[in-house]
Amino acid sequence: MSGGKVPKIPLEKQVRMAVNGDEAVAYAAKHSLVDVVAAYPITPQTIIVEKFSEFVADGEVHTEFVPVESEHSAMSAVVGAAAAGARAFTATASQGLALMWEILYIASSLRLPIVLAVANRALSAPINIHCDHSDAMGMRDASWVQLFVENTQEAYDTTIQAFKIAEDPEVLLPVAVNLDGFVLSHTLEDIYMLPEEEVHKFLGGYRKVTGKTYVDYLGKEVEVKLDPANPLSFGPLDLYDYYFEHKVPQIKALEKAKEVVKRVNEEWYELTGRRYGDGVIDAWGVEDADIIVTVLGSTAGTVRHVARQLRKEGVKVGVLRIRLYRPFPFEEVANAIKGAKVVGVMDRALSFGSFGPSYLDISAALYGLKERPLLVNYVYGLGGRDVPPSLVRRMFEELIKVKEEGEVKEPLKLLGVRE
Amino acid sequence: MSEGKAQNPYRLLIFEPGRKYESPLILNPRKLAEEKQSMLLPGHRLCAGCAAPVVVKLLSFAIRGPTIVVNATGCLEVATTIFPYTSWAVPWLHVAFENAASAASGVEAAIKALKKSGRLPYDHVDVVAIGGDGGTFDIGFQALSGMAERGHDIMYVLYDNEAYMNTGIQRSGGTPPFAWTTTSPVGKVIPGKTQQKKPIADIMVAHRIPYVATASPAFWADAVQKFRKGLEVNGPSFIHVISSCNRGWRFDTSLSIEVTRRAVDTCYFPLWEYVLGKGYFLTARSLQIARKPELKQPIEKFLEVQGRFRHLLKPENRELVKKLQEYVDAVWEDLLERAVNAPR
Repeated sequence: MSGGKVPKIPLEKQVRMAVNGDEAVAYAAKHSLVDVVAAYPITPQTIIVEKFSEFVADGEVHTEFVPVESEHSAMSAVVGAAAAGARAFTATASQGLALMWEILYIASSLRLPIVLAVANRALSAPINIHCDHSDAMGMRDASWVQLFVENTQEAYDTTIQAFKIAEDPEVLLPVAVNLDGFVLSHTLEDIYMLPEEEVHKFLGGYRKVTGKTYVDYLGKEVEVKLDPANPLSFGPLDLYDYYFEHKVPQIKALEKAKEVVKRVNEEWYELTGRRYGDGVIDAWGVEDADIIVTVLGSTAGTVRHVARQLRKEGVKVGVLRIRLYRPFPFEEVANAIKGAKVVGVMDRALSFGSFGPSYLDISAALYGLKERPLLVNYVYGLGGRDVPPSLVRRMFEELIKVKEEGEVKEPLKLLGVRE
Repeated sequence: MSEGKAQNPYRLLIFEPGRKYESPLILNPRKLAEEKQSMLLPGHRLCAGCAAPVVVKLLSFAIRGPTIVVNATGCLEVATTIFPYTSWAVPWLHVAFENAASAASGVEAAIKALKKSGRLPYDHVDVVAIGGDGGTFDIGFQALSGMAERGHDIMYVLYDNEAYMNTGIQRSGGTPPFAWTTTSPVGKVIPGKTQQKKPIADIMVAHRIPYVATASPAFWADAVQKFRKGLEVNGPSFIHVISSCNRGWRFDTSLSIEVTRRAVDTCYFPLWEYVLGKGYFLTARSLQIARKPELKQPIEKFLEVQGRFRHLLKPENRELVKKLQEYVDAVWEDLLERAVNAPR
């Protein structure tokens, strides 16, 4: 939260409530006038759908809640709902996201502005219910906008922003809001919500179909939806003569999403007084830092805490939280970290046989530079393994050593694993 | 049906927002030809002799007004929408193979939410899901069962050509015993599919949904009426239509409808409907056979026109035909016992 300008809705007019991350997401979906929620329970996401079911049972929403029989059907149902012109939302985690995988690509390729909350959880086997990002990284190539939040407040704020980003006529892609399982999903925090009608205003009311296309057989431009007045065929067979070209606008839309994420972050700041860096990265102390650590999600708080201590001790360290993971903000990340001598890249997932996913992106971001910082990849917290400040401090100490030695001996380190 | 838009060369089915539609059910063939049209336009690339477009045409004759079609991956989907063309005259959605029922659930939920919030410009929009046997008996069964259990107001139409025809004739849960397919080949020791056909329509009856029926393109008026009833009930309905495939069943393209007639005449595929609270009712030719059992044809009448059963007609496989006849008889007898209108 940055101070300064007076927001349109000052804090005293916002609604303070103690909620956990899942509940924050459920309230955000409610405030966003969602038409259809289709979801299947899975720990640690379940509270989202439980809470939303309460809103439905109490008649507080107009939403159709579809208690589907699997996550595959959850994603399929929101695809159907969004194609019919509804604002559609679902939530899942881990195995549930893996089961949705086939339809994730279809949701984005049909250019449907669905919002999905992911309470990040490790993938089986062995079965585990706790936080890591292996579930989210499984969908990184699916042409979704992927945002990672740091705390419960941001989970609320970002879920609302996600609808605005997804429905932007230049984006029209689904958005995934990632919140760390248990660390955020189940941890109570005092947060500020907006009065509901302010969220309605922010989103322009109910969903309006913003996608338009010229249809030769109708001889006019029509809204892209299942409309008995303007019959369109969604999801046709598309072979080698057109498929490749059809990927081009999708690529461009995802590129464009980065600017829209930034713009919506600023709009939200004007409205609420809250913003998260420039919307795509959230930098702390990077300007003059010799050592920078990059991180996604809730661990950023712990890393910043340790970095503050080190700063007090006279070590020039910085922290870069990556909020937008897809599309990856290559330029912003490179600019933020290029002045450092050493960068530690934290990944709560591993691309087995390779590095942590964000290490690969950051390597690509830096490759074009003449002078590059040394990079060390720290894969941490798999299966919910705790990341206490002492562990983060140990990582910083190793990075200081790398700086002193001027070389990286081990580019991939497993942080916090027992020998 | 095209409501004054028939002059449009593409003959799209356009439903103007704000208007009330209640298209009457017409069974007089001449009147039908004059006033109704298929929601599937000419130019699609389904095989000559394929019964699937006939099934869609009969379904089209039954629609009441604004209708959205959700199609599972399969022959019908692939051959009717090769980009940049589409044969669909109504809004149409294809998502994937196993999820026509769940995607349709989302469409139906959206319509309800739009209506509730005053944003639906129609009195009513019908949702029809269409899947083949692979997408219904097998990979899409979970989604179908979920749709039925949740009570969505959707009519699910199964066009059953009794194998995975789109990928090239592989056996499915809908393939009958002893039929040849490319994954149940007739070998030296195994004579085609060794398992039975899943009783999918009865399984849907067991879901206690308002309406379930079987239909055959050969008995078109019966089929149209059943489609209409399926649309009219509140809640899920399931129509199981036998849909002949000359490529997979190996028959002359001129026999498409004849084969589906023989399926009924031999009681291999009896025609019935199930109304929740009232029970099973035999219809059309199947009711006639129940009343006059001598009309029932031996199973050979169904087998003899199809190459997929050719091996059964060899003298050494007489035992298999006998087994198949016993199987058909058992299913038929079972149905006679259940049918409310069967003679006692």
